[in-house]
Amino acid sequence: MAHEYVPEIATDREGNEYVVQGWQDDFYGGKLGFWLFMFTEVMMFGAMFLALTYYKTLHPEDFLTASHHLNRLLGGTNTVILLISALTMGLGLLKMRVGDVKGAKLMIYITMFLAAMFLAIKGVEWTEEYEHGIFLMHDKLLPESSFPFGEKLFYGLYFTMTGLHGFHIIIGIGLMIWLLKRINAGKVTPEHHILHWNIALYWDIVHLIWVFVFPYFYMIGANHGN
Amino acid sequence: MKKTYFDETHCAIGHPKSTFMQWMLTIDHKRIGIMYAVVMMTFFFVAVATAFLMRLELFAPGGQFIDGDTFNQAFTLHGVIMIFLFMVPGIPAIFGNIVMPLMIGAKDVAFPRLNWFTFWLYIVGALFALSTLWTGNGFADTGWTFYAPYSLNTDTSVVMLLVAAFILGMASILTGLNFLVTIHRLRAPGMTFFKMPLFVWGIYATGWIQLLATPVVGITLILALLEKLLGIGIFDPAKGGDPVLFEHLFWIYSHPAVYLMILPAFGVMSEIIPTFSRKEVFGYRTIALSSAAIAGIGYLVWGHHLFTSGMADLAKTVFSFLTFFVAVPTGIKFYDWVATMYGGKIVLRTPMLWALGTIITFVIGGLTGVTITMIGVDIHLQDTYYTVAHFHYAMLGGVAFLMFAGMHYWFPLVTGKMYNEAKAKIAFYIIFIGFNFLWFPMLIAGYLGMPRRYFDYLPEFQIYHQVAFFGAVVFIIGITLMMYVLIQGWRKGEKVGPNPWNATTLEWHLPYSPAPLENHTKVPYVDFDPYEYKNGEPVVKFDYATMKRID
Repeated sequence: MAHEYVPEIATDREGNEYVVQGWQDDFYGGKLGFWLFMFTEVMMFGAMFLALTYYKTLHPEDFLTASHHLNRLLGGTNTVILLISALTMGLGLLKMRVGDVKGAKLMIYITMFLAAMFLAIKGVEWTEEYEHGIFLMHDKLLPESSFPFGEKLFYGLYFTMTGLHGFHIIIGIGLMIWLLKRINAGKVTPEHHILHWNIALYWDIVHLIWVFVFPYFYMIGANHGN
Repeated sequence: MKKTYFDETHCAIGHPKSTFMQWMLTIDHKRIGIMYAVVMMTFFFVAVATAFLMRLELFAPGGQFIDGDTFNQAFTLHGVIMIFLFMVPGIPAIFGNIVMPLMIGAKDVAFPRLNWFTFWLYIVGALFALSTLWTGNGFADTGWTFYAPYSLNTDTSVVMLLVAAFILGMASILTGLNFLVTIHRLRAPGMTFFKMPLFVWGIYATGWIQLLATPVVGITLILALLEKLLGIGIFDPAKGGDPVLFEHLFWIYSHPAVYLMILPAFGVMSEIIPTFSRKEVFGYRTIALSSAAIAGIGYLVWGHHLFTSGMADLAKTVFSFLTFFVAVPTGIKFYDWVATMYGGKIVLRTPMLWALGTIITFVIGGLTGVTITMIGVDIHLQDTYYTVAHFHYAMLGGVAFLMFAGMHYWFPLVTGKMYNEAKAKIAFYIIFIGFNFLWFPMLIAGYLGMPRRYFDYLPEFQIYHQVAFFGAVVFIIGITLMMYVLIQGWRKGEKVGPNPWNATTLEWHLPYSPAPLENHTKVPYVDFDPYEYKNGEPVVKFDYATMKRID
């Protein structure tokens, strides 16, 4: 499709002309498609939240105890980092739309840096938990340990959900590297920025999921046992 | 010589010279649909062969040909192929791809490259699934439902199969997404939602189910996978998990999945009935909206699979009632189709025969479904042959039959040729008779207490198994003949024009047949209803060079 795409014209019986929407160059179609894809992310995490809620009703006490032992300082820092990264991502898109490609690229670099920072802090957090004997297939979470069922389930879901969320962050970084390459290649421009738009949308979903993950894991037991 | 889509294509990457690579890389929706059809029919025959192996074993009580473990693997293989590789992608991937863009006057789907990618994702998923036949500790023996905790404890290759099911689910989501955007964005000017052919409505409703339900089973399978690999304990009672939660999450998808199989099939029916009755469809809006209603209500009925798994009585009652409600929009559709035929000029060509046969088989399948919606009855009939027969009457006698109907209906559109009508009709009758001999005895055997998935049985059930075996032989002869007729039709069939059925929808208004690469010569302006007939003749006529109405 090297040649310029010219949309077709359909004519009705009175001779009125209508521009035909083709699959080429369909900004709204691309946006709609990505929104629909984001629904699937919501349904995926929704199912995990469902499981989480179900087990919380079965083991309310264990859940609060386990939640109390999570590191709220690191988790909270990560929340702030992710919120700022959502802001920088959005600013980058705004800059792209007004034609400031350089500024947009700078914002994407900052977002990537913040995302990497998020992962690093997550790594510190998981290491700390590992040292306390809490990790998948390790010490307290082994089937034969006498750790209460409720806490095992809490931590199991904690590692699953934060792990899958972290996986989305890694994919996000990959997408941003790709986006930068496309910008440098001149394929993403202020006139044609659907890719940038959709990656910004993706990043919004990633931070939105965290906004729910954070209170559900870290905050429910904040005052427990004090 | 006019160039058809068999002669030229757009490719996802580059401009390959060889025909083979052109097919592998094609982004043309018609070619992709044909490739899906070929692959799926192959899988269909593998699954039928597996089922026949089980029938052979069940011919007499006791073990003859295969042992119990092999039998467990056989029904798992049959289920996995039929559900994940044939029924779920089935009609949307084949006819949704080939016909839907033509019906709405589009040049292709909204994301043609994604469509290409999706096809290969499906192939990768299929290879993953089937590779476990030869790798690991043998094919899974859990049944296609992977119920915990057994699936978590068995040594067979469940892990690989779960990965495969996830990939196939991904392919299904992307197909649905592609079609939803196509229908929203690429309809020809003037075509409002209520001017779309009813098949497009079926695909549209299906797209939403694919999009909203599939991720739930996707994550459920991932959780089961992580459970197996990392021992998280979400579904394993030994680690505090609840296996019933797995059943819930699994059926939140897998029940809507049966509607995502049947809705496009109903769409095929809604195309065939008016065309061969030469009459406008009765109750267009009710058929269209009942598709949406089935999709919506179907999302809320999964609990009826768990009546015997342990659930609150109130929840059971609610799920039971909601399930009854699904029968209402389904009933509306059937009455609409019958009313369409009433007073019409019925032309009994092969596609119409298939549609009429399906009305019989699906009504049996649907009504037996209503009986097991009743909680008390279900407690008696759960996991018996009655349920199995119900399911196969609805799925094989509904979805697969209508897929065959569609294969006969759109055959001239895809190939530009016509199969041997007389032989195709004979094939239909053989299949129809064999099908009923195969499944009706199972309804009775199940009612009398024959449990499903058993490889041995009490001698008093022998007669039912033997009649079913006879039916299976007839059925297999029938589908073999049907495929033979279709393949012969493609090779040597008589050439026919673009509209051999006198049909009205846009896919029949192509300049020549098979279609050119980018479909219609020009996109038409749509100011007419999809099924306008007057005195048995189509009202809307086009000049195919300019796509302007000339009636």
